[in-house]
Amino acid sequence: MVKVNSPKALEEIIQKKKKESGKEGTYISICGGTGCIASGGNGVLEAFQEVIADDPDVKLVRTGCHGFCERGPLVVIQPQGILYQKVKPGDAADIYEKTIKNGEIIKKHLYRDQKKQAYEKEADVPFYKFQKRIVFKMNGHIDPEKIDDYLAMDGYSALSKVLTSMKPDQIIDTVIKSGLRGRGGGGFPAGIKWKSTKAATGDKKYVLCNADEGDPGAFMDRSIMEGNPHSVIEGMLIGAYAIGSDEGYIYIRNEYPLAIKRLKVALEQAREYGFLGKNILGTDFSFDIKINRGGGAFVCGESTALMLSIEGKVGRPRTKYIHTADSGLWDKPTNLNNVETWANIPHIFNKGVDWFTSIGTGDVSEHPWGGSKGTKIFSLVGKVNNTGLVEVPFGITLRDIIFKIGGGIKNSKKGRKFKAVQTGGPSGGCIPEKHLDEPVDFDGLTKMGSMMGSGGMIVMDDHTCLVEVARYFVDFLKDESCGKCTPCREGLRRMSQILNRIVVGEGKEGDIELLEKLASAMEISSLCALGQTAAYPVLSTIKYFREEYERHIKDGYCDGKQCTELIRYNIDEDACTGCSICAKKCPTKAISGELKKTYRIDQSECVRCGVCFNVCNFNAVEILSGSEIKEKMGE
Amino acid sequence: MDMQKVDAIIEKYNKDETALLAVLQDIQAEKNYLPREAMERVAEIMEVPFSRVSSLATFFSSFSLEPRGEHIVTICMGTACHVRGAPLVLKEVERELGIANGETTSDLKFTIETVNCVGACALGPLVIIDENYHGNISTSEVEEMLEQYQNPSKQEG
Repeated sequence: MVKVNSPKALEEIIQKKKKESGKEGTYISICGGTGCIASGGNGVLEAFQEVIADDPDVKLVRTGCHGFCERGPLVVIQPQGILYQKVKPGDAADIYEKTIKNGEIIKKHLYRDQKKQAYEKEADVPFYKFQKRIVFKMNGHIDPEKIDDYLAMDGYSALSKVLTSMKPDQIIDTVIKSGLRGRGGGGFPAGIKWKSTKAATGDKKYVLCNADEGDPGAFMDRSIMEGNPHSVIEGMLIGAYAIGSDEGYIYIRNEYPLAIKRLKVALEQAREYGFLGKNILGTDFSFDIKINRGGGAFVCGESTALMLSIEGKVGRPRTKYIHTADSGLWDKPTNLNNVETWANIPHIFNKGVDWFTSIGTGDVSEHPWGGSKGTKIFSLVGKVNNTGLVEVPFGITLRDIIFKIGGGIKNSKKGRKFKAVQTGGPSGGCIPEKHLDEPVDFDGLTKMGSMMGSGGMIVMDDHTCLVEVARYFVDFLKDESCGKCTPCREGLRRMSQILNRIVVGEGKEGDIELLEKLASAMEISSLCALGQTAAYPVLSTIKYFREEYERHIKDGYCDGKQCTELIRYNIDEDACTGCSICAKKCPTKAISGELKKTYRIDQSECVRCGVCFNVCNFNAVEILSGSEIKEKMGE
Repeated sequence: MDMQKVDAIIEKYNKDETALLAVLQDIQAEKNYLPREAMERVAEIMEVPFSRVSSLATFFSSFSLEPRGEHIVTICMGTACHVRGAPLVLKEVERELGIANGETTSDLKFTIETVNCVGACALGPLVIIDENYHGNISTSEVEEMLEQYQNPSKQEG
């Protein structure tokens, strides 16, 4: 491969790759994200490879994540943009013959919404239509393992622009003016961070990428790295040049093998072209990036813990009266940004501050805290119809995300209703229906008692117990607390004990107040953000759903009908048609009866897994709790 | 464990102290767990105290100091899987295999583990066995899913 050793050479190669890409003609884009691969995407890719082998006019692109994971494996026929969902390897020949050769739409592969309306084009599907894809723009079009695809879409041109026409201070000023705030959770303005690191004393400085996406239920960073790794690398290059760093690290979760592989390939290809290494684009600027894999510790997403982990040590956070911008990795000035933050950088320089600040909320012309600019990728998951990754402008309402893009609540025909949405990961909060019409941005979510976090958005329906959700997060954090400081270590243990007894019906009067007391002590006195925010899931659920806690404690009643110790499954004899499906599916054979008559559940055998409730087509299985058990079952 | 393999892994990272975590990960990938002799060897060659190797191996949840089963049954306990019933799936896997989370069956065939999130939330509840993803698993499908691994002849696709 020829080294690209000047901005002019880059411009030439971009033009060349544009011509070579063949994207003017027909190409089939097949999603190669983790979700689609898990649903059988590799088989689909192989089938298409075989089918088009003899047709030089049709290209095949194995892309990164398209976002609509619920409907994978996804296949998009370009340039028309026809979306086929849940495609199987056996469909390839048919799609090729009918759609590609004859332009005929195959209706059965189209996405249909809740009202059974079919959509031909990807852009018209509500899931995509209401998004604003900037960071994700190239996902779905480029092969992440081919740098040429990235170049053909003007890749590395932002780097070239800053290297040739901007001084480091101008670059930093641009990032500050753009109002770009950290996408990893804190929402700290990226430009301010860069400025501090640049101003710090010392010749050796580090630029790091936080890819330790530990928030359960969030996977946008993984999809960026799997779908467009060069955008992260280009962002880091621009940051390194502005800050004055020659060495960078990407700290990534070991649970993301595909992302690690694609990053490695991308780094190698960037080195071959000379975008990484010495004298980049013929300038004095030199920079290279190493990959460091995490070991499955949530706390290592915290900046100081992450840096210790890169040093090969145990990741326990330290106090930050000395900022990592002054003394971070190996005690050198260090700048750490999250994957999504880095991936935004090239766009800001390609399209300008005015364009970026036109998207989002507030006014950042005075200072970058004045609003939330640009887009944010959320992972919309849980009890929602269209699970997947959605990139939306700041300022969109929760209702639009969940109902317009997400298609509403799963099983709404069976009566399921929206109850709460959890944002911000384990340190975030649960937001109830009354806030659904408020705009989503950094400050808005904080006001609602939650936070942006890295962008997990877990939708919960009325069959979700909020006390149980709080218990889940507290137990999660209890296991992940590094144990260094007492408030976090002991506070979480005590909270866990209290919540675990409430969910089994052994809560005591005063437990709620005790939880609140512990929460405030931890918030004030914990060493790092993990402990300081650990109580948010508890506090927000107490704030909005206090009566659910009270009913658990006083009446042994679980509103979400989820706490297994407090519920009983019962078959309503009047509604049961005796179809026997529940008895067939019951894993413990606890259900018996006679065909076409009624069935009964043996409570001593029942493990309360809920299979019978889910499979019954006649709503004959009811879930009882508290006094209902006595009333209906005489227990 | 074959110490030459350990040496080769350390060599790959040029004995670089900062690669300690990566070295341990590679050893575990090779051996399925971290044998004590291997950890001692790492300490010796990389010239770090054994206590440091040990502290890493016990701090990070992805390491196991005990031999693990032939098949690792990993249940995703991320929030999305959790609200879709992952705890019930875990219970069912435990019941089916007769061991608790974190344990290995006496015939060394299965180990049950949990993971905080693998980012395949659309497929929740999700069980990963070895490298195969089993998505949208309900408790009534657990037996059949495990069956494929109990009798490898049935393991197709």
